Amino acid sequence: MPLVLSIALTHIGGRLRQSIISVLGVMLGVGFSIAMASLMQGSQDDFIATLIDAIPHVEVSDDRREAAPPPAAERFGAVNVIGARPDDDTRGLRNPVRLEAMLESWLPGRMAASLSGQAVLRYGGRDVALSLTGIDPATYLRVSTIGEDMREGSFMELAANLNGIVVGDGVTEKLGARLGDTIAVSTSAGAVRRLKIVGTFHTGVTQADEATGFTVLKTAQVLFARPNVINRLAIRLDDVNAARAVAARVERMTGYRATSWQEANESLMEVLVVRNIIMYTVVGAILLVAGFGIFTIVSTIVHEKARDIAILKSLGFEQRDIRRIFLTEGLAIGALGSVLGSALGYGLCVGLGSLTFEVKTNIEMTSLPLAYSPLHYAIACGFALFSSGIAGYVPARKAASLNPVEIIRGAS
Amino acid sequence: MSAPPATGSDAARVPLIEARGLTRVLPGTVPVTLVRGIDLAIQPGEFVAITGPSGSGKSSLLYLLGLLDVPSEGEVLVEGEATHRLSEARRARMRLASLGFVFQFHFLLPEFTVAENVMIPMRKLARLSRGEMRARAESLLAELGLADHADKLPDQLSGGQRQRVAVARALANEPPAILADEPTGSLDSKSSEQVFEILRALVDDHGKTVIAVTHDLDMAARMDRRLHLVDGMLADP
Ligand SMILES: Nc1ncnc2c1ncn2[C@@H]1O[C@H](COP(=O)(O)OP(=O)(O)OP(=O)(O)O)[C@@H](O)[C@H]1O
Ligand SMILES: [Mg+2]
Repeated sequence: MPLVLSIALTHIGGRLRQSIISVLGVMLGVGFSIAMASLMQGSQDDFIATLIDAIPHVEVSDDRREAAPPPAAERFGAVNVIGARPDDDTRGLRNPVRLEAMLESWLPGRMAASLSGQAVLRYGGRDVALSLTGIDPATYLRVSTIGEDMREGSFMELAANLNGIVVGDGVTEKLGARLGDTIAVSTSAGAVRRLKIVGTFHTGVTQADEATGFTVLKTAQVLFARPNVINRLAIRLDDVNAARAVAARVERMTGYRATSWQEANESLMEVLVVRNIIMYTVVGAILLVAGFGIFTIVSTIVHEKARDIAILKSLGFEQRDIRRIFLTEGLAIGALGSVLGSALGYGLCVGLGSLTFEVKTNIEMTSLPLAYSPLHYAIACGFALFSSGIAGYVPARKAASLNPVEIIRGAS
Repeated sequence: MSAPPATGSDAARVPLIEARGLTRVLPGTVPVTLVRGIDLAIQPGEFVAITGPSGSGKSSLLYLLGLLDVPSEGEVLVEGEATHRLSEARRARMRLASLGFVFQFHFLLPEFTVAENVMIPMRKLARLSRGEMRARAESLLAELGLADHADKLPDQLSGGQRQRVAVARALANEPPAILADEPTGSLDSKSSEQVFEILRALVDDHGKTVIAVTHDLDMAARMDRRLHLVDGMLADP
C-alpha cells in the first residue's frame, strides 16, 4: 500500500466513529440521489413515451411558416409585386399524391394523410363536439398506436364501412351511446351524416378519449365539403430522435409547416429541462451537505495530527505529500460512501419499483416508473467525489502549510 | 550505517554543512531575532555540540542547519550545494536523503509499529524493496538494542527505547548527518548515556556527522567540538 494511503487510513481508523458517520452521510446522499434521478428519469421517459405514442412524430399541416410569395413573383422573379390581389386560397395540402411521392423516397418512417375538422355528434338529444379525422384505416394504423387502444369493435371496421365511426370511450359515455348505435354527425359546412359506431378506444389521455373520432377519409371530405383535400400528413419515424431533422427537411422541400413532436411540445420540454435542473440542484445540495461532514472530520484530524505533520515534514515529506494524505482521507470517505450509496440507490429503486399504486390522472400508472441508467450512478458518485475532494482539499492545504518549526517548538 | 562515499581527494575540504552570515528574524510588530550572523563549517565525521543558555537560539540554529527553517539572511550549504534558492520540495528531498533529525521528544507516529516507524523515511525515498526495508529496519533496531521490540507500538516502550527508535528512524536512509535537539533532555542518566554512546559510535564507527544541542556540559565536553551560543550569536565558551 502506498505510504500516503496507509497514513491516511490510520488517521481515519483513529476517528472511526466519526468517519463512519461521514461515510453514512455520503451513502445516504448518493443513494437517495440515485433513486430520485431514477424516478425522475423514469417518469419523464414514461411521459414522453406516452406522448410520442399518442401523436405523430412529425406533422405536416396546411400552414406555412412564412406567407407564400405571390405566384407572380415566383414566376417572374420579381422583387416586389404591387397591386396583385391574392386568390381566396382554400386551405389544405395541395396535391397530396404528389406530396407523398416527394417524401416517399427518403423518409425514414411511414406517413398517413388525413383531413381533420370540428364536428358535432348527436344521439338521443345529447351533443358532443369533437375533432373528427378522416383517414385511410390501414395506412393510419401504420403511423398510430390507436389500434392497440381499441376497447370495443375494431379500427379496421372502418375500411369495410363508409358510414362507420370510431370514437373515444369518453365520447360514447357522454352521448350515452353504445357500439353499434347510429349517431348523427354534423359539421360547420352544413353537412349531416348518420354514422354507425364501429369501435371505441381508450388511450388514457382524457382529451383524446373524450373529444376525438375517426372516419374514412372519403366520408370526412364529404362532411367537411372538401373533396380530394387533406390538411394533415402524420409521419411516424423509425427513430423518434430524428424528428427535428426530418421536419426541417420536409419543410424545406414542400414549404408546408412540418412540426416535430419536440416542437409541438416545446413548453413541455422546457418544463422537463427545468425539472432536471431542479433535481440536480437538490442532488448537488444533498451531496454538498455530505461534504460538510467530511470537511469537519478531516479538519479535526489535521488539528489533532499537527505534531505528526511536523514530524513527517522534518523527515522529508513535501507539502504536496502532506496535502495528498488529507485529500486521500476526504476522497476515501467519499469513495466508500459512493460505493455503499450506489448499492443503496439500487436497492431503493428495486423497492420503489415493486410498489404498486392506483393513480387516476391523465396518464395512468400502476407502478412507479423507474429508469435504470449508469449515468445516474456516475453523476451521483461524481458529485459525491467532487464534494469530498473539495472537503478534503481545504483542510489538506492548511495541513500542508503548517510550519513544522512552530509545532515542534510548541510540543517540546 | 556505512561511511559516506568519498567523492574525491578534495572531499574532506568541502564542509558537509556550512552556514554563511546566517540570520533569522521572526517578523512581527516586535521582530524577534533568533540567531544573527552565524558563520560556521562542519566537516564530515565531526561530533559537534551546540551549547548555550536557554533561549540563546540553539534550536533555531539547528532547524536552520537542517533546512527545516529558512533564514532571513545568509545561507546554508549542504554538501557544497547552496540551499536558499531551492524549492520547498527540493529542500524536503535533501532532508529525506541527507539529514536525520532527533528531537527531545521522540515524535514517533503512534499508530505505526516500531519497525514501521523506522521504515517511513525509506518508503518515502523508495529506493529499496519492501523486504529490504524491513530487513534494514530490523538490523538498525538490533544495533540499537531493540531487536525484540520491532513489532510493538511506540507507547509500549520506555522513553529511552523510544528515543533510540527515533535515532533508528533518523538513520533510515543512511544520511551523512544527524541533527539532534537535546536528544537526552527527557531521559534519565542511564538512558542518556546509552543514547550518547550510540551517537558517539555513529561518528567513530560509521563516519557520520552528528550535531547535537545539549544543556549537559559534561556531555558537550566529551564531543569533538563545541559551538557556544549567546543571544543568538556564536561566542567563546
Ligand atoms: N515564535 C516565537 N515568538 C517569539 N519568540 C520566539 C519564538 N520562537 C522562539 N522565540 C525566542 O527565540 C529565542 C531562541 O529560541 P530557541 O528555541 O532557539 O532557544 P534555545 O536556545 O533552543 O532555548 P532552549 O534551551 O530553552 O531550548 C528564545 O528567546 C525564544 O523565546
Ligand atoms: Mg531549544
